[in-house]
Amino acid sequence: MKPPRFDYHDPTTLAEALALLAGHGDAARVLAGGQSLMPMLNFRLARPGHVIDVNRLDALATLSPGPDAGLRIGALVRQRTLERSTLIRERCPLIAQAMPLVGHPQIRTRGTLGGSLAHADPAAELPAVMVALGARLTVQSARGPRTVPAESFFVAALTTALGRDELLTEIALPAWPARTGSSLQEVAIRRGDFALGGVAATLTLDAEGRVAGARIVCFGVGPCPVRAADAERSLVGGAPSVSGFAAAGQLASAGVDPDADIHASAAYRKRLVGVLTTRALAESLASLGERAA
Amino acid sequence: MTEARDIALTVNGQPRRARVEVRTTLVDLLRDTFRLTGTHVGCEHGVCGACTVLVDGEAVRGCLLLAVQAEGRRVETVEGLAPDPAHLNALQAEFVRHHGVQCGFCTGGILMSLTAALRDNPRPREPEIRDTLAGHLCRCTGYQGMVDAVLALVASGAPAPGPDAGSAP
Repeated sequence: MKPPRFDYHDPTTLAEALALLAGHGDAARVLAGGQSLMPMLNFRLARPGHVIDVNRLDALATLSPGPDAGLRIGALVRQRTLERSTLIRERCPLIAQAMPLVGHPQIRTRGTLGGSLAHADPAAELPAVMVALGARLTVQSARGPRTVPAESFFVAALTTALGRDELLTEIALPAWPARTGSSLQEVAIRRGDFALGGVAATLTLDAEGRVAGARIVCFGVGPCPVRAADAERSLVGGAPSVSGFAAAGQLASAGVDPDADIHASAAYRKRLVGVLTTRALAESLASLGERAA
Repeated sequence: MTEARDIALTVNGQPRRARVEVRTTLVDLLRDTFRLTGTHVGCEHGVCGACTVLVDGEAVRGCLLLAVQAEGRRVETVEGLAPDPAHLNALQAEFVRHHGVQCGFCTGGILMSLTAALRDNPRPREPEIRDTLAGHLCRCTGYQGMVDAVLALVASGAPAPGPDAGSAP
């Protein structure tokens, strides 16, 4: 099928874009990379009266070092740019690990970080990665800017804390903590497909080699990214170990309540979370060694 | 705001102009207006890869870009690969030699993805070739012939697909 009729706007300044959203918010959809909205238009699952194309907002397409060794990523930065960036590899290995699993290369050339977050597909990698990293999202409207922690940005499947007149403009990431490894694990039927389930993890050790902290975030097994808080707590203070990672996997598995669909049963997905959590923790530890080496 | 817009872009090195309805996708502009029907339309939701073309050198889905978004861009399609109507380029020739083509529906998009990938990395190994092909569905060949074709191209030492026509020298 083909997209329905809509009024097309391609503002060149943020102020212009926000004014359009203020005027048409209820009837408008924001077009960023278009890798989710365009299929919905082609299938007429979305019939917005107005499409506000933000691709000319060059100011939102910059990737830069943030204060205190963090990162500031404009919402319009392409996924392919993140994948190729040495700054990302140095300052945020978890994003570099996730990127090859986000769609296909031909999708990542257009797909944006902000678009993936604002679309909030339950099986998408990037929302979970942002929760694992403790990202802070800058959201702007004609009423002014506000900051939303990633953990409260994802409200339900395909639903975020964004108001109708608001635009996600920037993602701020804190500095990568010392002695921290990370991993992203998922199972998909075919490479590049949305995952049946996945886990993003970071593991931080203290100077004595004990676990100082961990972040474990599951995706594809609930309406939003699910933080495995019990599993995270179970690791803190102990030495990293195969048995500790296995126990954390069981806690993570117990903490999710996935749905079944044509691809996998709920029981399969629940078990998958445990296996992938254990694997992600082991890989995080291994990556820590590689980083130190 | 307007229903239709005038756009100017470069297609396979040639400057082109068109008046398009804003809801027209790039692949429909290429096929219906410019009659470049080597780029095929499959799923229209970015999964099958048949409509893949290069925009400013990057492989993208032609069904997921509006034609108006190609304003001022350099677009390359499968029609731009062969040096002249009587000859194939080295990648196309290896596809024929290694049975990388059967019905041909997916072929145009796959050749364009591989062209972009080979410009990035002229000597890909098999996993990298497969990663590029993963963005495409082929229901005939089983992909092996395509992998063999690219490996043969690399082994032959033939120059990789040249820089895209519009890029700065």
